[in-house]
Amino acid sequence: MSLTDEMDTALPEVRSAKLGRYMLDSAQKNGILLAFVVVVIVFSILQPAFLSPSNLTNLVLQYAYVLILALGMLMVIVLAQIDLSVGSVIALTGAVAAVVCVRGGAPWWAGVLAALGVGLLVGLWQGFWVAVVGIPGFIVSLGGMLIFRGLAQLLLDYKSLSPFGGVYYDISNGFLNGLFGGDGFDVFTLVIFAIAVVGYAASQWKARLGQIKYRQTVAPWPAFLAKLVVVAVVALAFAWQISHNRGLPVILIILAVFIMVYGLLMGRTGFGRHIYAIGGNILAAQLSGVKVKWVTFWTFVNMGFLAAVAGIVYSARMNGAQPAAGNGFELDAIAACFIGGASTTGGIGRIGGAVIGGLIMAVISNGMQLMGVSQGVQPVVKGLILTIAVAFDLWNRRRSATVAG
Amino acid sequence: MATWAGREDPSAPTELLRLTGVSKSFGPVSVLRGIDLTVHRGEVMVLLGENGAGKSTLIKLIAGIHRLDSGSIQFDGVPVQFHSVAQGEAAGIATIHQELNNVPQLSVAENILLGRLPSRAGFVTPGAIRRRARQALARVGLSDLDVDQPVGRLGVAHQQLIEIAHALDVEAKLLILDEPTAALTAEEISALFAIMVDLRSRGVGMIFISHHLDEVARVGDRVAVLRDGDLIDVVPADTDQARLVRMMVGRDIADQYPRHRQTDGESEVLLDVEHLCQGKRLLDICLRARAGEVVGLAGLVGAGRTELLRAIFGADHYDTGVVQVCGRRLASGRLRQGIREGLGLVPEDRKSQGLVAQASVRENIGYATLASTAHAGFVDRAGQAGRAEAVARRLRVRMRDVDQPVADLSGGNQQKVVFARWALAGSQVLLLDEPTRGVDVGARVEIYEFINDITAAGATVVMASSDLPEVLGMSDRIVVMNSGRIVGEIPADQATSDQVMALAVRDVESPEASGGANPPEVSGETDRAQAPNHGDPIKDGGNR
Repeated sequence: MSLTDEMDTALPEVRSAKLGRYMLDSAQKNGILLAFVVVVIVFSILQPAFLSPSNLTNLVLQYAYVLILALGMLMVIVLAQIDLSVGSVIALTGAVAAVVCVRGGAPWWAGVLAALGVGLLVGLWQGFWVAVVGIPGFIVSLGGMLIFRGLAQLLLDYKSLSPFGGVYYDISNGFLNGLFGGDGFDVFTLVIFAIAVVGYAASQWKARLGQIKYRQTVAPWPAFLAKLVVVAVVALAFAWQISHNRGLPVILIILAVFIMVYGLLMGRTGFGRHIYAIGGNILAAQLSGVKVKWVTFWTFVNMGFLAAVAGIVYSARMNGAQPAAGNGFELDAIAACFIGGASTTGGIGRIGGAVIGGLIMAVISNGMQLMGVSQGVQPVVKGLILTIAVAFDLWNRRRSATVAG
Repeated sequence: MATWAGREDPSAPTELLRLTGVSKSFGPVSVLRGIDLTVHRGEVMVLLGENGAGKSTLIKLIAGIHRLDSGSIQFDGVPVQFHSVAQGEAAGIATIHQELNNVPQLSVAENILLGRLPSRAGFVTPGAIRRRARQALARVGLSDLDVDQPVGRLGVAHQQLIEIAHALDVEAKLLILDEPTAALTAEEISALFAIMVDLRSRGVGMIFISHHLDEVARVGDRVAVLRDGDLIDVVPADTDQARLVRMMVGRDIADQYPRHRQTDGESEVLLDVEHLCQGKRLLDICLRARAGEVVGLAGLVGAGRTELLRAIFGADHYDTGVVQVCGRRLASGRLRQGIREGLGLVPEDRKSQGLVAQASVRENIGYATLASTAHAGFVDRAGQAGRAEAVARRLRVRMRDVDQPVADLSGGNQQKVVFARWALAGSQVLLLDEPTRGVDVGARVEIYEFINDITAAGATVVMASSDLPEVLGMSDRIVVMNSGRIVGEIPADQATSDQVMALAVRDVESPEASGGANPPEVSGETDRAQAPNHGDPIKDGGNR
């Protein structure tokens, strides 16, 4: 006999939100997306070269590592933890790859595997102290920050090691193009983007049908279509621009795969949903049977893995390993998550938000460099934006809480 | 009980607080409409209403936390409009909030004087702090409490009294008490009421919020009933309970404790606990619960009820003993095994242990079943949403839809969400710890009806509660705990609250009290005389 018998209670009718109300709600929810659009528009006005094919391509190549780090960092932050060691792990994994490939002369894949292996070991080490022993992640990763930086320096003997060249170099600097020809632009790039846009539209449509089936409030038709059209136009415009440069960057494909996989992991898997539950209320999660230690442990292992991926991407981009590589990158990743709407107390945050947060950081850095803003001003602007973004988020949440209470 | 008018010096003006046409909205939501209310000196005005009726908003307006939209407040003969709590306190209005508002790490004395620590040239003066703290404590009957110990070491009841002492230190003319009894046991509540009676005789006016109707007549003079933001009526405190309930919920609730008893003592044993021991907290506990049965666990705070439920559930380890669920033995501290075999726990504090506040109703209902219904690691989103929706409707959770954050729901509906989680998991043995704390009458009866439904379907319920009428009204058997032991068992249809209390407060360390299941005859007088010895300073579950 089950307590779930007799569940055929009548469900209410389909609810489609009023358009005006919906726009207001989604402006609140998607404030970060609007901020991103504003930043892009501001820079494209101040510096027309910002939207040029070569700069957009460069943007992707230069800041891919921030986005990869932000994916893992978001999971750690939603868990109500923090990882300060990722910058040092980038240096360590890059150093390992360089020692294997450059000093040891091994093929590129051996370097990649070695770096990933070291990243996993780092994750196991930190996961053990946080999940099993119960030391706060802040402390464990502060220790890790020192340990892994030191190991990287020892491994490289305080000197940089280069060049990688070959396939390893192409991970961050290579392009896929010319497969379908094209006159002055790359058709392959456009085809891939077109497929991505169609895939996005299909998944949104499927999600909408699901919501309707379960009698949940859905976006009104015009808003739903408008969102699809805007996304399609922006994506295809971006594709058009980069197809006029060197085509589709390999790293962009890697990034897209990672973002999709981690989006699914956080949104759709038991593991991901349990991260939200633990970050939201660890006691309630525990008493509901969530494997708190297990989830915490693997979240840190995953962070080590992604830090290694970022280490490979960064060292490939630099075509070498330096003892000081990745210095301060952990702060870029953490800032990306918070700008993207993650809560400082855990339980709230989305992969999409972290990606947009990372893009905002990237666009601002890149835009200021293009405009020749002096070195000292750049961190000031970034710091201000981080502070204001989190203040805005707090204000927004307090306001909605007052309405609800 | 005398009325306010009889105790006052007839020459003094007795009116303390007058609200005229007070209204308040949050955004588009109108929370209070045109409230007219008067509170006199030396009067206890009980504020009654379901969660969401506007009680909290009303007291926040009076205390200066919120501002009025329209209407006026007159305090002590002067029109006032406080812009902060500090202004309200300066004028003589003190509030004891529902949640404890102290700093556990600071000392008792510092907590009592928090926000107004006496100082000289910028340095606090420890002597003056201790002296003033002792004065305030004497007024709540705690004159021998060590004022230098951290507040966090004290039990909930003492912490509550310290908050009252904090309020009295400002020479409050009006004391607002927002559900101060929710976390207290019957003994502690009696002590609190004695203090309220004392304050009343000194002319302090009080506004008292409670969900317990029996407390209304015990301590109140008049009752103001709120419903959906309107003041329904102000009636004398001895108005009969059925009428008060009707005014609160706007409909008749035939029976506050609608238990349908159906066990014959022959059905299958679903939960079998034998000789369970856990340090000094649980001593040789033996407990059985059969299909279709509700076992009530009574006892004082600190008697070990929460510890027992947590040990059975697997949330804490135990040292020795056996726990069997549906005939299968569970390993100590293996919470997920317990859930698989059919255990479910509704914890004592839904905010800190029961719910993920910012997550949706759907997610909160699904946490115990997310992993078991997943396909290859992927959550069965559509299926979980549909099942959560059905369970929520069955429990009559009032919500916009299942994607609404659970934080937006009222206390009663939040508690139903915790129940729904285990309903979805198909739990056969439900362990309830204070299942209706802070839940209003309407939602409470719906929770009781759910308990009836699942026991009728063959599940069993073990319910720990400090609310004696609830234990008496909803249990089939009452098991009384005292200092980590089970000291007695009484069939509910023969039990009286005196019997249960006598067992709960008995000194179990004395030799003659060690064995018997038959409660001794103890009169109400003896009962009260023993009370001060059992203001147990150990916080319930404090060693977790």
